[in-house]
Amino acid sequence: MMYKDTPVILTQTGEVTGQRMIPQAELEHVDAKSYYGKAFRAEKLPLPNLSEIGVIRHYTNLSLKNYGVENGTYPLGSCTMKYNPKINEDSAGLPGFANSHPLQPDSTIQGNLELLWDLEKKLSFICGMDRFSFQPAAGAHGELLGLLLIKAYHEKRGDTKRNVMIIPDSAHGTNPASAMMVGYDVREVKSNEKGMVDIGALKKAIGDGEEIAGLMLTNPSTLGIFDESILEITKLIHDAGGLNYYDGANLNAITMRVRPGDMGFDVVHLNVHKSFSTPHGGGGPGAGPVGLKKILEPYMPVPFVQPDGDKFKLVHESEDSIGKIRGFIGSHGIFVRTYAYILANGRQGLREVSEGAVANSRYIYERVKDYYRVGTTSKTMHEFVISADNLKSKYGVTAMDVAKRLIDYGFHPPTVYFPLIVPEALMVEPTETETKRDLDGLADALIQIAKEAETDPDVIKAAPHNTPIARPNETQAARNPILKV
Amino acid sequence: MNGYLPQDRESRRAMLESVGIDLDKLFDMVPEQLQYDGTCDCLNEEGLSELEVIRALEALASKNVDSRRYDSYLGGGIYDHYQPSAIRHLTQRQEFLTAYTPYQAEISQGTMQAIFEWQSYICRLTGLDVSNASMYDGPSSAAEAMLMACRAKRRNRVFVSEGVNPETRQTIRTYLHAVGFDIVVGALDENGQTQQFLPEEGDEYAAWLIQSPNYYGVVEDLESFAEKAHAAGALAVASCDLVSLALLKSPGECGIDIAVGDGQSLGLPQNFGGPTVGYMATTDALLRRMPGRICGQTVDRDGKTCYVLTIQAREQHIRREKATSNICSNQALLATTATIYLAMMGEAGLTEVALQSQTKAMYLRDKLIDTGLFEPVFKGAFFREFALRPVDGVDLKALNEALLDEHILGGYVLPGNMWLIAVTEKKTVEQLDRFVDAVRRLAKKEVAK
Amino acid sequence: MSELRDDVKYAKSHEWIKIEGDVATFGLTDYAQDQMGDLVFAEVVPVGTVVEVDGTIGSVESVKMASDVYSPLSGEVIEANDSLEDAPEQINEAPYDTWFVKIRLSDPSEVESLLDKDAYAALIEEE
Repeated sequence: MMYKDTPVILTQTGEVTGQRMIPQAELEHVDAKSYYGKAFRAEKLPLPNLSEIGVIRHYTNLSLKNYGVENGTYPLGSCTMKYNPKINEDSAGLPGFANSHPLQPDSTIQGNLELLWDLEKKLSFICGMDRFSFQPAAGAHGELLGLLLIKAYHEKRGDTKRNVMIIPDSAHGTNPASAMMVGYDVREVKSNEKGMVDIGALKKAIGDGEEIAGLMLTNPSTLGIFDESILEITKLIHDAGGLNYYDGANLNAITMRVRPGDMGFDVVHLNVHKSFSTPHGGGGPGAGPVGLKKILEPYMPVPFVQPDGDKFKLVHESEDSIGKIRGFIGSHGIFVRTYAYILANGRQGLREVSEGAVANSRYIYERVKDYYRVGTTSKTMHEFVISADNLKSKYGVTAMDVAKRLIDYGFHPPTVYFPLIVPEALMVEPTETETKRDLDGLADALIQIAKEAETDPDVIKAAPHNTPIARPNETQAARNPILKV
Repeated sequence: MNGYLPQDRESRRAMLESVGIDLDKLFDMVPEQLQYDGTCDCLNEEGLSELEVIRALEALASKNVDSRRYDSYLGGGIYDHYQPSAIRHLTQRQEFLTAYTPYQAEISQGTMQAIFEWQSYICRLTGLDVSNASMYDGPSSAAEAMLMACRAKRRNRVFVSEGVNPETRQTIRTYLHAVGFDIVVGALDENGQTQQFLPEEGDEYAAWLIQSPNYYGVVEDLESFAEKAHAAGALAVASCDLVSLALLKSPGECGIDIAVGDGQSLGLPQNFGGPTVGYMATTDALLRRMPGRICGQTVDRDGKTCYVLTIQAREQHIRREKATSNICSNQALLATTATIYLAMMGEAGLTEVALQSQTKAMYLRDKLIDTGLFEPVFKGAFFREFALRPVDGVDLKALNEALLDEHILGGYVLPGNMWLIAVTEKKTVEQLDRFVDAVRRLAKKEVAK
Repeated sequence: MSELRDDVKYAKSHEWIKIEGDVATFGLTDYAQDQMGDLVFAEVVPVGTVVEVDGTIGSVESVKMASDVYSPLSGEVIEANDSLEDAPEQINEAPYDTWFVKIRLSDPSEVESLLDKDAYAALIEEE
């Protein structure tokens, strides 16, 4: 593939002076200078006027420097990308959805409200929850909402001493950062040799329990391991008076097979791009809907949908609500895609999604485990973590080198250096939408790289070789920030 | 059978057998009492075909009223501007659409450069030094700016003008209350501006927040606002609509420290309020206090210009509980959408959009006042949006109901029987005249009742 | 093997401290800068800051890590090295010649809690 130079669009010059997107003015333009007085912008906007073909070629050529899931396997553990059905895009683009306004009267948005209500029922069932809020714009935003609900619950009961959130050391970085955003102190709990929560350490962290607001847990964990003591863990927290928060980043491993509500969780967020299937757009828009048990319902953010006879209405005020964490209802366009995906799968299809996710991950793990260091003997689920520290100590090849070399073999690299508790970690999550040929290709490449580390480590350290750019100088970027033209 | 999976159960079984795993024991690490296989009538048992899926979605969409079939005068933060066709074609390219966050710079230069261009456009529009890679939306961006100011000033309360969109004010209140900080709201004067009701000196606010054009469409005096905020030792924060900046002096030029807002008006559909894209720009001095991802230009090993995520040590994946925010996703695809919009429109197009929106809004406002049925709520100069009050007690909600029969979505009814009306470049003079005519007929009927 | 010096004391949080009368000068040890990698940013608290025991006197960032810099001694900051903000690479290049702040100690007896060269060498050996 030929990669073209793509100078920053603002530095390009067009030979175009006018515009042809909107009709010529029917009315004489307002004299903005005299109308706005000293608030008027004296200088013209410093934006280039470009030709349509120039803009289209620029962004087409930029796009070719990206790798998407339609290029190939994207085993970016914990984050990951799976195939995004095209019909989801068509659904979200229907004018009735895309061109409806959030302030329209309820009578004119019955389709939106019916969809959200039905989706709320579906998600509640899948998660074993009683209600769902659609406000959060992303998983981390869902964590913020979930913790706000927990905090409101304790405060309403006058239980204001509870300011400690217990978080395992294998948790996503967002967990402690979210706890900080609601003013909680974080108490970290170590994992045991099986990669599960150490019950003794948890008991110690709980202490007399009086300060415990709750626990944040991902299950299966970021190591891909299902915590066999989960019922004991959530009970210990409940007995101490705390609530349990389920980080739903890994729900795709257990969809329709285990429900967070049944495990003892009181509140859960989902990352819809991987639990279901919505595009991630190079970093968003995502969505992080939050499911909650009845005890937390009074604190739900507004607005939310409620049936009203045979119609639906939006409820904008609710006495004990935590308020709002963003504008309007939520990322509706993302939920249209989520809804289409659940319809297309049905209950049986969703069970196959989790089965496929686990089967594909286990298969690759079994094929590559002898070539890297593996941390635990616990069976893994939808993702697994291997360590390149065997290659690093012998040949100086790091996890990052392995990741970059995988690009040469046509794959998106796994997540590297996470979870933090595994040195030189490579976290692999293939998802259920890969063919056996893709899976074998990825396993073969990982094995081949381990062999290359012995025979030709330099080719790995110099990787990737055929990309639009070689490895970037990140130190220079941070020391002398150039953040715009 | 699942239509999106390339393997069926039998091929999956065979694959696993080849490495010694039994498909039926795949989930045996889960305690038996937790294994769940329930059904419910809220979930279809078997998956639907693609044709059935789109029919079901079309049936739901058709139960909505939308701005293609109706003339809409709704605004209040979400606007019906024209979206050039090129945008959807480009942003639907799977390389942009189905990529994850650009963690591997070598194979995500497309997303990276588009974000760098977004940051550049935001800086040019706002007149500020640095922009981040985008935020969830306008309200959450404003809330993050308030927390950022509290960290920078080591103070724990903020002043917010009543002219700030209530969606934004409610979001700020939630974010601040979570950490025990206070928000004080200041009133508007008869011009619909904040000037007369700014805090006293010595009130120890971390930030003063204003919106311009404000919720009622009125353009605020950012320059004197920034000056007074600084004199009181607070950061001056402004929420600004990006289309309006084609005509109005930039917040940077007015001395504002942090500009925030929503980018929906730059080529994004209304989407029932989301997803949209938030922006945040600030001065060099506050760069390291800023939440969210930032993209920077550097060189690769061979000296070639390229782009990377940078100054990441502020962020959650490194700092964990000491991060500037828990935010990790930005709205990359929507920032790219807005960037392509700005590239397509250029200075000429954006200025024309702003001028036509404002000219048509002024035309409609005058015509509605000429009916004798309404008076303006505020006297100050406005942009694209204005508030009216009925002079003889017309019930605006009933009037809006009646307008629906004529395929018109009237303005938003505010508490106190005020009508907030937004006009974009998409409206023709004929549509505006039709609106005025319908209002004249229907309002008189309402009064007669 | 990272460099250690005899003429300074050490803190568990990887700062070196030079004591001259009731004034202590702080910097980052060679071991610490090596662990962090190329530093891209550094800042110090302003002159006049009153520091508690184990209080923050600055922060440093590399591409992959961020850390606060602590003082195990209490007192008031009387000088701050603002040149670090423009050139954090000095810390990598000459860690023992690059100081962060000078503090006038409020309780010179706290100095006894600091580690000497051998104790610090043992500490980093363990890590």
